[in-house]
Amino acid sequence: MVMFTLRRFLQLIPVFFGATLLVYFLVFATPGDPIAALSGGKPMAPAVEAALRAQYNLDQPFWVQYGLYLKNLVTLNLGQTFSGQEVSAVIARAYPVTARLAIMALAFEAIFGVFFGVIAGLRKGKLFDSTVLVASLIVIAVPTFVLGFVLQLVVGVQLGWARPTVSGAAPWNELILPALVLGLVSLAYVIRLTRASISENMNADYVRTATAKGLSRRRVVVVHILRNSLIPVVTFLGADLGALMGGAIVTEGIFNVPGVGNLLYQAILKGESATVVAVVSLLVIVFVVANLVVDLLYAWLDPRIRYV
Amino acid sequence: MRFSRTSKALGVAAVVAMALTACSGGTGGNNATTGDTTKVITANNTEPQNGLLPANTNEVGGGKVMDLIFTGLVSYDAKGKIVNELADSIETKDSQNYTIKIKSGETFSDGTPVTAKNFVDAWNFGAAAVNKQLNSYFFESIKGYDAVSAEGSTLTTMEGLKVVDDNTFTVELAQPESDFQLRLGYTAFYPLPESAYKDPAAFGQNPVGNGPYKLAADGWKHDVSIALVPNDKYNGPRKAKNGGVTFTIFSSPDAAYTSVQSDTLDVLDQVPPSGLQNFKTDFKDRFVNQPYAGNATMTIPSYLPEFQGEAGMMRRQAISMAIDRQQIIDKIFYGNKKIAKDFTSPVLDGYSDSIPGNDVLTFNAAKAKDLWTKANAISPWPADKVFTITSNIDGAGNKEYITAMANQIATNLGIKAELNPVSSFKEMRALVNKKALTGASRAGWQADYPSLYNFLGPLYGTGAGSNDGNYSSAAFDSKLSEGLAATSVEAGNKLFNQSQEILLKDLPVVPLWYQAVQGVWSNNVNTVEFGWNGVPLYYDITAK
Repeated sequence: MVMFTLRRFLQLIPVFFGATLLVYFLVFATPGDPIAALSGGKPMAPAVEAALRAQYNLDQPFWVQYGLYLKNLVTLNLGQTFSGQEVSAVIARAYPVTARLAIMALAFEAIFGVFFGVIAGLRKGKLFDSTVLVASLIVIAVPTFVLGFVLQLVVGVQLGWARPTVSGAAPWNELILPALVLGLVSLAYVIRLTRASISENMNADYVRTATAKGLSRRRVVVVHILRNSLIPVVTFLGADLGALMGGAIVTEGIFNVPGVGNLLYQAILKGESATVVAVVSLLVIVFVVANLVVDLLYAWLDPRIRYV
Repeated sequence: MRFSRTSKALGVAAVVAMALTACSGGTGGNNATTGDTTKVITANNTEPQNGLLPANTNEVGGGKVMDLIFTGLVSYDAKGKIVNELADSIETKDSQNYTIKIKSGETFSDGTPVTAKNFVDAWNFGAAAVNKQLNSYFFESIKGYDAVSAEGSTLTTMEGLKVVDDNTFTVELAQPESDFQLRLGYTAFYPLPESAYKDPAAFGQNPVGNGPYKLAADGWKHDVSIALVPNDKYNGPRKAKNGGVTFTIFSSPDAAYTSVQSDTLDVLDQVPPSGLQNFKTDFKDRFVNQPYAGNATMTIPSYLPEFQGEAGMMRRQAISMAIDRQQIIDKIFYGNKKIAKDFTSPVLDGYSDSIPGNDVLTFNAAKAKDLWTKANAISPWPADKVFTITSNIDGAGNKEYITAMANQIATNLGIKAELNPVSSFKEMRALVNKKALTGASRAGWQADYPSLYNFLGPLYGTGAGSNDGNYSSAAFDSKLSEGLAATSVEAGNKLFNQSQEILLKDLPVVPLWYQAVQGVWSNNVNTVEFGWNGVPLYYDITAK
């Protein structure tokens, strides 16, 4: 188990460097001139332009730029944004906000998803099951930005139950609405996964044995069926955490959440390599770690699984 | 102020009849008598792209803050007229040598006095290449700019600036420029306290100014908000009538719009394209819709082979007359713009809507077709050549109107025409700067300071910094110089309008329409007045 974990952490190193190289190259390869955009179509004194290019190494070929970036990275210097702020400071501000948002969305989809999924699975073919199936189908079919704008308008503007946009500090209570929107599509998937898994395991031998032993239905469902049915759900949730953190661009835009998605979007438009690479590399790490946690959870959920 | 991907100049906004303006705006002066002057006003903004230094702030996000925490020799009132702030007098006999006297007893918010030296030092700092300030070209008229701005130059002072005493300094320009004093209210010309130069980068994060407001302690929370509180040491005409202004950073104008709708944001200075159709009903008596100093144009670069000489001129005229501007305004901008009659803006002093030759800006399909045929007789339009209009399409609203325009050109001239979409503003600027366009491109101008010259010189003068289409006309250049050498602003304006007659023949760009600002405010504040540049007069807003 320890060896397994250690090995997985070692795998992080090549993944990290591969990600930075790839992302750095992609930003480098996007057409356009960041310095020209900085001047906004107004003239810029040639000396100023040359000095700015040199400051961000934009006058160097790709490998030199990337090499200089790596060199700084080793000393934990993530570089500077075009506005002269430390990228590390920018990220330190944005990550906690998005982490809060993603965790709330994840909790929301895990709790409600499993709950509705279990009930639907146990009452397969009944009215509740059909309703949940149709409802989740609708949610999956409607794009996130539609859900976001509609909820913002109805709940935020017309009913006035919540602020339509998040205020500066992005406190937990104001993130409820965006987290709901962010988690809704995944919620539908979790419901469907749980339902399918539960209804499949209902007929398993060990369930019949448990029932025959005279265990209460509650114990059979919660301890025997549910625990064994959670493996695909946990796999999905683990992968989803990374997706939620990186994929919050649309939701953060709608609700004006000052998080990673917004940061990344703006940085890509500006061609700010230092920011894009740092944000994406961190997302890659989140992805990898989340998947590691999922793998470790397998053993806890199903004792038949062992790691060596 | 520059226009950026998201700024108003770019296809977002629109103009409406002056009559509307009269009933919705223009009542700001009465606020103080009825409003609560202690409450903090919240307003939308974008994250400033650079540290808050006068000569390094060239976009709207930083400009809105700078104009509140600093004040220069003059400021602009709602109509764009200059009002003395720190200047006691600005005198010149020849439009080239200026003697500037500043008021005594004025201080920065930290208590240090504002002296002539603070101006001279700040301008020198802004101009010198070693300091890498984006606005450095603003000082190019001052004698000695060439030396300090040269690549590799380590000079830090311009010979045209001289401190006479604590309250007086003189400016010598490289050549006469009649509108020089109109510029002095622009961000680049603000003074800096002595403390700024020790560590300009740190100062830019926590600036000390002399304007109606100052940055609150720890007031700039990056990407989130910027809090300003009134500066009680300020004695100028823009005294704060509220308890402070807090800017909330919005990455999308749509989010800001819903915030004002729900009264969680007080002022929005630009209704997003999605709100153009409904803002008048959403906000009833809480909106303005008035022209500001900006326009939208289409550049047809003079380096395109098909647009050379006599035939090229006729083609440009034909294209201009093939565009039914009013139809696009009505269908795509819901009537919220006003068709262009010249190359400047109707809010400016000296503007004329009847410059001879401006009928070339009126839709006339028959004449357009006729001119196009005549041009083909001189040099034929290449078979299968597509007339393209390049534009970034990440800025909302660009794609729709340019596609419509291309369709009109195609239909009315019987050629192929289409939008050439590029993904981002930086890609667009790279193409424009490298002179690598193969067709027309979307353009526009948002005034830095309220002057006709600002819409002409930097854009169409031979070799000028923003002359994207490489336009060059000796006749136009000499008219411009004549206008600059005029001894009064009025006499200069007359000559500038004459220079536009030349532009109307050559059409280096095709003027499309004048921009307008659509601003809305919440139920928590009284009527908000908007300035000549489309920016709300934040200091004048009172809470209910």
